[in-house]
Order: sequence, then C-alpha cells, then structure tokens
Amino acid sequence: MWATPAKLQAKGVIGMNRRNIRYIGRYNDRRLYPLVDDKLQTKLLAKRHGITTPDLIGTVSTQFDVKRVVEMVKDAPGFVIKPAKGSGGKGILVVERQQDGGYIKPSGTRIERVDLERHVSNILSGLYSLGGTPDVAVIESLIAFDEVFAAYTYEGVPDIRVIIFRGYPVMAMMRLSTAASDGKANLHQGAVGVGLDITTGAALRGVQFNRPREDHPDTGHGLASLYVPGWDALLHLAASCYEMTGLGYLGTDMVLDRHHGPMLLELNARPGLAIQMANGEGLRRRLDLIEKQAETRSVEARVAFAQQHFAREGELASSA
Amino acid sequence: MSRVPFYLLVGALLLIGIVLTIFRHFNYEVPFMPGEQRQIWEVEAQVNFDADNGPVRVDLALPSNQPGFRLLTENTASSGFGLSYLRDDKARHAQWAIRQANGPQQLYYSAQLLVTDGEEEFLAEPPALQRDIGWERPYDTAAREVIDQAHERSADAFTFTRELIKEFTDQRQGENARLLLSQYERPVLLTRLLNQADVHARIVNGLTLEDGRRRQSLTPWLQVFENDEWVLINPRTGQQGKPDNLLLWERNGNAVLEVQGGSDSRVSFSMLRHNEPASVAVRNQFTDDTLLNFSIHSLPIEEQALFKTILLIPIGALVVVLLRVLVGLETSGTFMPVLIALAFIQTTLITGLIGFLLVVAVGLVIRSYLSRLNLLLVARVSAVIITVIAIISLFSVMAYRFGLNAGLTITFFPMIILSWTIERMSILWEEEGPKEVLKQGFGSLLTAVLAYLAMNNPWVRHITFNFLGVQLILMAMILLLGNYTGYRLLELRRFQPLAKDD
Repeated sequence: MWATPAKLQAKGVIGMNRRNIRYIGRYNDRRLYPLVDDKLQTKLLAKRHGITTPDLIGTVSTQFDVKRVVEMVKDAPGFVIKPAKGSGGKGILVVERQQDGGYIKPSGTRIERVDLERHVSNILSGLYSLGGTPDVAVIESLIAFDEVFAAYTYEGVPDIRVIIFRGYPVMAMMRLSTAASDGKANLHQGAVGVGLDITTGAALRGVQFNRPREDHPDTGHGLASLYVPGWDALLHLAASCYEMTGLGYLGTDMVLDRHHGPMLLELNARPGLAIQMANGEGLRRRLDLIEKQAETRSVEARVAFAQQHFAREGELASSA
Repeated sequence: MSRVPFYLLVGALLLIGIVLTIFRHFNYEVPFMPGEQRQIWEVEAQVNFDADNGPVRVDLALPSNQPGFRLLTENTASSGFGLSYLRDDKARHAQWAIRQANGPQQLYYSAQLLVTDGEEEFLAEPPALQRDIGWERPYDTAAREVIDQAHERSADAFTFTRELIKEFTDQRQGENARLLLSQYERPVLLTRLLNQADVHARIVNGLTLEDGRRRQSLTPWLQVFENDEWVLINPRTGQQGKPDNLLLWERNGNAVLEVQGGSDSRVSFSMLRHNEPASVAVRNQFTDDTLLNFSIHSLPIEEQALFKTILLIPIGALVVVLLRVLVGLETSGTFMPVLIALAFIQTTLITGLIGFLLVVAVGLVIRSYLSRLNLLLVARVSAVIITVIAIISLFSVMAYRFGLNAGLTITFFPMIILSWTIERMSILWEEEGPKEVLKQGFGSLLTAVLAYLAMNNPWVRHITFNFLGVQLILMAMILLLGNYTGYRLLELRRFQPLAKDD
C-alpha cells in the first residue's frame, strides 16, 4: 500500500515538491510561461518556427462575437473549441461532426447551438483559465488521427506526451482515452498510459488507475503491438520546442495526423508526474544524466543522444 | 545559484524570533504556559463627540473596585484636554476640559481590572424614593393596573420586580404594558413603576465583558433594595443576580457621560482578556514604550483585540503549508480552509461543520439550476453570493425559531469565499464527477478542522498573542518548508507500484 521514501529515492522517482523546486523553478523562467499558458500564443509561435499545429479556424475574444461561432465552424466537419489559457484539459469541447444544426460529440451526445455558445461564453468569462482571468476561445479543426491508433482508443484522440529537459527528450508516453475516462486523456480519470521507448517509439508498459495493463480495456487490443510510426520525426519536433520556448523543463503534447504527420497540440510548463507510472521508471536518473551535459548540441544531436542512452526493453508480452 | 543567502535569512529569522521570545519571557515574565494565572481585563472607553467651537467639559463616570473586579491601573489619552479625576461620596468620574475645541473629538480612558473571586457583597445605600412621579392621563391608570397585578403575584420587593418585568416581556405583554412601553423606555419605566410602588430601585450601567469585543455599549440593570439587601435584576429577562462577567461601570444612578459644549456624544467600549501570572498581575508593571518594548501590547485595546485574531492566521497558513507540502492534500482554493477555520472559531466546531455542509450542499443544488440558465460567469457567481446570503438568513431564522441559538453564528461564515467554493465545486462536479468533489471537499474540511484545532488551542493563542517573536519563527519554518524537495506522504502511496517491481 505504501512505499518507503528510501525505496522511491533508490528508484529515482521524482515527487511534486522536487519537480516544482528543482526542475520547474530552476529551468523554467516565469517570464516565458505566457508562451505556453496561452495556447493561441503557442500556436502563433509554432507557426513562426515551422512547427505544425492543428489548423486554426478562428478565435473569439468578446462576448459580442459569441454569436459568430456558428458561422465560423459552418464549413468544418469536426472542430475543437478550447480556452487559450486553460489548464489540465479543462474546458475543451470536441465536436466530431455536425448534423442538422446540431453538434455531435465523440461520445455520440448531441449538443445544440445554445450549448455551443454558452461554452464559448464561459471560456471568455475565464471559467477555465488560470486565476479566472478573461480568456479567448480558440477554435481549431479536428485532428484526423492516424489509423494505426484506431484500435487503441475510445472516443478520444490518443496523444503523445514527451518530456523535454534542456532540449533532450527524456521520457515519453501515449495516453489512450477509455470509457472510464469519458473519452478524456487524463490518467487520473482512467485513461490508459503507455510508456514509450525513446529509441524506437514502441510500447513498454501500460497502466490504468496505477495498475499494469496489457490491453486496452474497451477495444481489448493488446498494447504490445503499439508503436508510433515516424518516431524520429516526432522526437525532433518535440525537442525543437526547447529552442522555440526557452523552457528547460517542458511537456510537449503531440498527435499523429493522418495527413500532416506529427503535430504539436500544446505545451505544458508544469508537466505531471504520471509519466513515471506509465514507464515504470523514475525520471531522476535521466534528468541527472542530462544535467551533466555541458556542451550545447543541435536538435539532431540531442535526439540521438537520448535515443542512445534511454533505450529500454518492453515489459509487455508480445502476443499480438 | 547558491542557497547560502536563503539559509542565512532563515537562520537570522529563527535567531531573532527565539531571542525576542526569550527576552520577552525573562524580561517581562510572560510565561510560556497559559496556566496558573490571573485574568486581567483591559477595558477601553472611547468617547466621541463634536465640539461646538467653544469651551468643552466632559464628564465620564468611572468604574471602581467591586466584587469580582479590582482596578489595577488606569490611563487616559486626550490631546489638549485638561484632566482631573473627581470623587464625590462613592462615585468616581473623569473630567476633561478645554477652552476651545471644534469638530470631532476623541477621548480615551482605559483600565486594567483584575478578576477576583469576590463573593462578598458591597454595601450600597438605597436611593431616596421619588415621590413626585407624575403620570399623564391614560398612563396613570395603566401604571396602577400593572402595579396591582404584579403586587398580587408577589411577596417582597424582589419578587415584585420580577413579576413586573414579566408583565412587559413578550409572551405576557398586556394592553397596559404596551401602552406604557409606547411612552417610556423599559428601564426608566420600570424604575418609575417600582418607585411608585414604594420600592427603592435605580438604574445602574453595566458592561458585559467578552474577550475581544469592540464597540460595545453599556447595558442598564435594575438595582432593587429591600431592608439592608439589594439585588441586581436584568430588566430584559427578569433574571436575578449579577453575572460573573458583568462589570458595573456606574452604580449610583448617575449619567455615564455628560458633555457640555459638544453634541452627538457617545461612548463605546472595547475589551480584551489576557492572562498573566499572579505576581505580574498584582504588580502590573507598565514600562515605557521603548523600542525594545516594541509590541502590539502598546496599541489601543480595540486594535489589540483585532490582532489577537490576525496573529493566529500564520498558524492557519502553516497548517495549510504542512498539509500541502508534506501530506499532499488537495483543497478547493488554497487558503479557503483558513478562512473557514476562522469562522469555526466563532461558531464552535460542530455547529460550524454542520453549517458549512448545509450551506455548501444547498448552494450546490441551487447552483446546478443556475448553470442551466446560461449566465455569464460574474453574474452567476453574484447570484450564488445572493443565494448563500439567503440560505444563511433562512438558517439563522429557522435556528432561532427552534431555539438553537448556536445556529445564529452561521453568519460568521465568509460569504464570498463560500460562494466561490460552491462555484468551483460545481464546475468540478460537472467536469470530473462527484468523486473529485468529495475528495477536494474532504481535503478542504480536514484542513479547515486541523487549522481550527491549531488556532483554537489555548496554548497556541497564548503564545502567538504574547510572543511576537513566534511570528518570525513561523516565517522561518514556512520558508524552510518551501524548500522541501522530498516526497509528500500521499505520493508514497501514489508511486508505490514503482517501488515494488524489479
């Protein structure tokens, strides 16, 4: 039930306090936070750096414009409305398709025009933003995620979280939404976390509710066969976010789009620690190794360094 | 970057804090334990009036030694006024005078009173009966009837007074009583009636002592005489006898405050209880305000009473820091639990918990309806605030109707904080489900209860109020905790699977 601190220490597990003081406090300049806390800014910044992100349909910044949302999304088959300054996935509304004036969510629930407008209005009032400050609603087109993941997800888009420390990709996981998580990709809500090998992008280990898992609870598909195609490109994209933002301890959320390949979904200056659970490994050793690297390396060299040092054997039985 | 300056700062804070504490302990003989002590009340009277641009004379009645209280020292503050203490027969009063004054004026008088276990009665001479009591036309018969009625149901002066008061209390209030009350104030009326019935009685003014109260006023009491005895009777309830915490401020039936050359005069009282060891209390040294004696104890009592609570807040903050940094408890709103704990101090724990749960539960139900109305955030939270006020009013009235006076203290809850709590919990419910609401709600309440237990502890209250150095020690502790990179208690459980498999 309980672990001793000494044992966790020996395993190199990092706690919240250490993450906050030792990594976020030391490597993330507070001045740079707005770049990642405001998704609109991140998007514009990514565009300047040639990093692909989902297409921007439009933004709404005044209550007066709320009525224009319907007009904006008229031609989009599916779209996502999110608060620019939201955190923890709060306030993200996903619409899969439109049907006779209504909007169908991935779960199949239908919402009406007023619901859509109320959601946007709530975002503008700052309901989901950090500190409740007035916010901007960002409307993006829905990602057409790669078919290779279709068997591993329930309703949601599987995303890939890579922790970038001083520009080096140190740990990665894929988050698969489940019925228990209500289509959301948050591990504490019941999504499955799958640790990914930094070298190959293949699945290492799966967890749901902190317990090992060999298959997806809803589709029943074995996790052992899960791997991310185009892994190197994805890692390069994630690692280059360091130059883009200047943040030393960064969580990058990526998706694989069917047509456009790896895309940056959002960045997080305070990435959570669940990734350790998904990988069955503490972050400490990898972070310590990176901290010892004195020389400045290019993106390619950093990815290569990480792939060379952080290789691991999968723990899943390769039955599939 | 070096952490040396940080540790130097923490060390300096700790050192100064400890030195100040020890200095205060030895130099002022303030004990570390609140035990074996005498209670001292500091009472401050504040006289306010508007001077009429001319000479002013102010007379304020002063308290004197009496059973239960011994006067230790007294001080006044009054810029520009001449002051003399006058004593005639038994009454004492302070007289301030000035040749020329204009505009609002403030005069202060403060007294330190030692609580004694005075059982003995003090002698008081009965006032002369007022023979020339005139009643106007309809009132004379009403007075006569009321007196006759009470007379029939009583045996002596004391029972007569009680019966008389009953005539005027709500349940039995007859037509005559209502008529009389429409013309006279109750205490004045009662003395008139008593005198009419040949009972020696007068109004004395008492101050009910409650720790940390501000802006209090005197309450009138009836002093009723028969033969060589007298008793004090509460003109509002008819209860006989002097409560222990009642200080008779003026007991000769004279005016408490008289102002000549001013208008709109009033006197209000602040009071504070503190415990001091017997020896100190009797000696009661009041050293000059040097820089070393820099302390809130040199402030007026009204402000000291305020500080008694303010100085507890760091304790609450420390509890929050401990629970979040060392335990990893989730709460709804970081310091909301401290404010709730402050409310608990006023309401007592059980009443507070029940009240809090009731308000939040009903608030959540109403909030779930509001969320369907499709409102803007600020308007919705404002609506929740009004709802919370309505709930609190409703519960107060209901509690009062059912005779649960404890329920009235529900008004001490910080309403805007409660509204935000309801709003946040409601959103949490919609987004993460009821489980998360229960988790955070439990975390908040647990933090609030622990903060309350810490802040309401007599020893903690004694230490924080008497040793300001402790605040620096608290600061150092919080700074150190802010530097803690180890695991949180709940993380030992969360990461337990990582420790297991090899």
